[in-house]
Amino acid sequence: MTIQFNDETFRGDYSFRNSPWAIKRFPFPFHEDSYMYSVNMEQHRGGPAGSVFEKRFDVDEHYVSEMRDRALVLAEDPLRCQSLPHMTLAGWDLLELIMVSKSEDYPDLFELHRDGDRWRWVNKPLGIDDTFTFMDETTLPYGPLEYITRQTQGDFAVLDQRDDNLWMDAGMVTTQADWSLDFDIGMNFFEWHAPVPLAHELGIFKRALKFLMNVQQGAPARRLNWTMTVNPLLDTSPENYHKWGIQKTELTAENIGAKQHLRVELQTFYRLPRSNALVFPIRCYLIAFQDLVTVPKWGRRLHRVIRDLPEELATYKGFIANRPLMIDYLSRHDDGLPTSPGVWADLETEPPLQK
Amino acid sequence: MSRVQFPTSIASRPVYGTLAPRPGKAHLMMADAEGAGALLDLASQDAGLMARAHILYIPRATGEAFAAGLRALNPAQLYIGPSFDAALPRLRRVLSDAHMGLQVYLAGTEGLMGRAAAEVAAAGIPYGAVQTEHRGSLARRMQCVHCKGITEDVTTDPFVCSHCGLNLFVRDHYSRRLAAFQGVCIDAEDPGNVPEPVELYK
Repeated sequence: MTIQFNDETFRGDYSFRNSPWAIKRFPFPFHEDSYMYSVNMEQHRGGPAGSVFEKRFDVDEHYVSEMRDRALVLAEDPLRCQSLPHMTLAGWDLLELIMVSKSEDYPDLFELHRDGDRWRWVNKPLGIDDTFTFMDETTLPYGPLEYITRQTQGDFAVLDQRDDNLWMDAGMVTTQADWSLDFDIGMNFFEWHAPVPLAHELGIFKRALKFLMNVQQGAPARRLNWTMTVNPLLDTSPENYHKWGIQKTELTAENIGAKQHLRVELQTFYRLPRSNALVFPIRCYLIAFQDLVTVPKWGRRLHRVIRDLPEELATYKGFIANRPLMIDYLSRHDDGLPTSPGVWADLETEPPLQK
Repeated sequence: MSRVQFPTSIASRPVYGTLAPRPGKAHLMMADAEGAGALLDLASQDAGLMARAHILYIPRATGEAFAAGLRALNPAQLYIGPSFDAALPRLRRVLSDAHMGLQVYLAGTEGLMGRAAAEVAAAGIPYGAVQTEHRGSLARRMQCVHCKGITEDVTTDPFVCSHCGLNLFVRDHYSRRLAAFQGVCIDAEDPGNVPEPVELYK
């Protein structure tokens, strides 16, 4: 199928919108009516046709506009993309993984022609047609990590593996849920997760690290994570928090359906072949509450999850002050009926709202 | 002796121990202010260390209080300088000559230990070869996450960023690369509502 790319913004007038197609394929993250941390990893081996899990690097209607937003962030703050000196090889690994995956998964949008180390990369949606020498940085306008992630949705953390740990030694981070690459670069797995409440005590990070250090080439893994964002703002960075934080206070009973967004991260994990690094793409999907509740099951379930979430998590995720407004809005979309297991919308089998 | 029991905190926050003599071909010691006391205690455990010790010391507000004591240890090399920045070229020069078996001892404020440890790490010396002991001021070295400027010797929470002027709260999240804790705007969601600063750990 051909994707119609939206012309939209994630700042200022916030013209971002999800089409009915994007709403239906939204990666709803709750498989039951409650939420607690878990090591919710599964293999990333595709998924139902049309779902965001189907391709290795999902491309959707927001692609072109998201890449424009990333360029704006980088122009303002080049520290959002950094790579410690030993990570250049991992950057080439990532460039290869993305170019090969996208050209195979979306042949109508991307082409990769390889003649030895002379490579030609065609990115039709962004109007790019570059020829370069693989592994020769002087033949690209940016380092390999920055070059390819300026053309790929989602943030990217590139992790070096040594001393029985993973080290965040490179990354492209412009669509983050309030964490700073510039501050966290060089940290190990436990250090960069240090501010997360409860999960350390539950042993989540020890188990997750064990799992991730054993991810093998050709056998990627994935999980979902989530938070809340007022306005479809991709760049909820700590760097700019003093500018966007105020938007959280602008939520009202009248505007919450349009302004409040569920923010879901599709996190995937790939072992890279030459560097043995682990790349950790963090793809952000946003959906307005008013669009989410058009799926009756999701409306019912989101209400129950948000209502029953432990206070520490609501605080950490930054919406404790707005939770009463959210519950009030969402309760109108919950009739108390049971919900089917699993994350899918189940539009054909779940009853419409009974109130 | 001013010893502090820091409260248990998150995984990125450094923890400090007590300096103990270790066998080694060379011993690099760096301290500021009351940190000199930790070096004196170290020497009292094994006076033999000093024949192969290079001490870099920044007295700060303690003035001459510890200088005579350090000289009396007869270290192989003793540097007493006015600031960490002044001592930095010398520290880097010493690290450039470092061999396997070098032991590193850091003592004093968190800011000094953090900056020295970052230099040591940048020279390729593993964290395991570095010992630390906190003495003296509880001040913290803070990075403003917004403007990236570093404010040294922060003793209150919140505090004013010495570069951009934002009111920042003091997090325990710590970067060893930057040798700094993270400061984040405290009144972003309610501009002007800045609580009275309280002294750290009070």
